[in-house]
Amino acid sequence: MSPRVTLAVAGRVLTQLRRDHRTMAMLLVLPVLLMSLLWWMFEALPGDTFDRVGPALLAMFPFIIMFLVTSVTTLRERGSGTLERLLSMPLGKGDFLLGYALAFGLVAAVQSVLAVSASVLLLGLEIQGPVVLLTVVAVADAVLGTALGLLVSAFAQTEFQAVQFMPALVIPQILLCGLFVPRSGLPDVLGAISDVLPLSYAVDAMRLLTATSDTGEVWNDLLVVCAFAVGSLVLGAATLRRRTA
Amino acid sequence: MPARSIIQHMMNNVESRTTADAVVVEDLRVVRGGKPVLPCLSFSIPVGQVTGLLGPSGSGKTTLMRALVGVQKVAAGRVEVLGQPAGSAPLRRRLGYVTQAASVYDDLTVRENLRFFARVLDADPDAVERSIAAVDLGEAADRIVSRLSGGQRSRVSLAVALLRQPEVLVLDEPTVGLDPVLRRDLWQLFHRLADAGSTVVVSSHVMDEAERCDRLLLMREGRIIADGTPAGIKQQAGSDDIEQAFLHLVEAHAGSAA
Ligand SMILES: Nc1ncnc2c1ncn2[C@@H]1O[C@H](COP(=O)(O)OP(=O)(O)OP(=O)(O)O)[C@@H](O)[C@H]1O
Ligand SMILES: [Mg+2]
Repeated sequence: MSPRVTLAVAGRVLTQLRRDHRTMAMLLVLPVLLMSLLWWMFEALPGDTFDRVGPALLAMFPFIIMFLVTSVTTLRERGSGTLERLLSMPLGKGDFLLGYALAFGLVAAVQSVLAVSASVLLLGLEIQGPVVLLTVVAVADAVLGTALGLLVSAFAQTEFQAVQFMPALVIPQILLCGLFVPRSGLPDVLGAISDVLPLSYAVDAMRLLTATSDTGEVWNDLLVVCAFAVGSLVLGAATLRRRTA
Repeated sequence: MPARSIIQHMMNNVESRTTADAVVVEDLRVVRGGKPVLPCLSFSIPVGQVTGLLGPSGSGKTTLMRALVGVQKVAAGRVEVLGQPAGSAPLRRRLGYVTQAASVYDDLTVRENLRFFARVLDADPDAVERSIAAVDLGEAADRIVSRLSGGQRSRVSLAVALLRQPEVLVLDEPTVGLDPVLRRDLWQLFHRLADAGSTVVVSSHVMDEAERCDRLLLMREGRIIADGTPAGIKQQAGSDDIEQAFLHLVEAHAGSAA
């Protein structure tokens, strides 16, 4: 691996995104709009429901969006022959994956800053912990989504199949992350499953940050999310084959 | 003379050459989709030649080229390029490969594509402009690839392979859809590269291009059915037209295989 090649890949992915105004707008504006929708939904209800649900959503958006964008983009790269061409060049598999992770991580950082700022400044989301850490968690989350997206793109032949991994891999995580039923209240088996799903830790971290100013546990959760991201990237590198049938 | 012995004769000629070999293929076997696409292939290519790979559609040209580049899973046999196993890491910076379908990024401009690949290849700073000029894309350099014509796109793909003046250049139908003037220019370029010491392997369907090769390998159903210079092949097939010679040899082989 070499930083020159990794940065070349990241730069190229960013140039492609910059060209694609519609995708860029969706990436940056959509989370803000959805947070606003959520705030509006709870507007007429008594209590602080937005404060309870909002953080979980802040963790989910970057994860889901980056998962989708990455799995489709890398699949396109496999289909167009550019991946095969790159793999016949002096490019480490890690360069390719890390380049993607860097580029999308950067987009996710901007996306999260926008979504968090809008939630806190405009929509009045109450956050006890440091707002910066909230953004860090969101970025880690996005990188996790990117890493998983890269991984599943190896198992899909078409973009159509790649999109199907979303209900298969992402929705169970949304159901079990504690948004609908608190994780402590889940049946034992489901609780155990929830404990090994990365999104649970991302949502826990967001929840803690809004509820307390004590950040000790948040760092633990953050570490788990990062470990999952790194694990997926390593697995993803293993699934990239230079020789194909 | 029956086709079989013509082929044998030409094979022997090639084997007696002693120049340093850029490519050595020995008993190569490739199975794709459960079918032995290349049952057992052996040949070698000396340094500095332009070798044409011809054969009907589906005869295994692309598969063979993929094996040379080292992106094809191989069931058995040996493929060596510049004395190293095909696909090994040090070869990746000495070899250029142009796939049959243009493999460049549709949503980037010509120049952006080349800049990216130049960074990956660690090519020298002038390489991008030199490559653009070599494929005559100067005027389209800042246009998005998806808005180029088919021939222009395949030239972008070709330009990528020229970034580093590779020692071995593997080109899968690089001139499809190009006008005669451009084709002539590109073939002159291939020969200039060969004269400078590169080994060029080109597949083609266009028979007038076959005439421009130093050596031709005629393939049918994963086997090499003729191997020699264009003049040699025409002479052995008893025809002064390369297209006729080609048809003759393919049909003779089909007859003898049946
Ligand atoms: N991805 C694949 N999976 C399974 N079989 C394949 C695949 N690609 C090609 N084949 C088969 O391998 C054989 C050789 O194909 P190949 O692409 O090498 O032919 P070709 O000589 O390059 O043809 P063309 O002139 O049409 O490009 C064909 O029978 C084809 O059906
Ligand atoms: Mg082909």
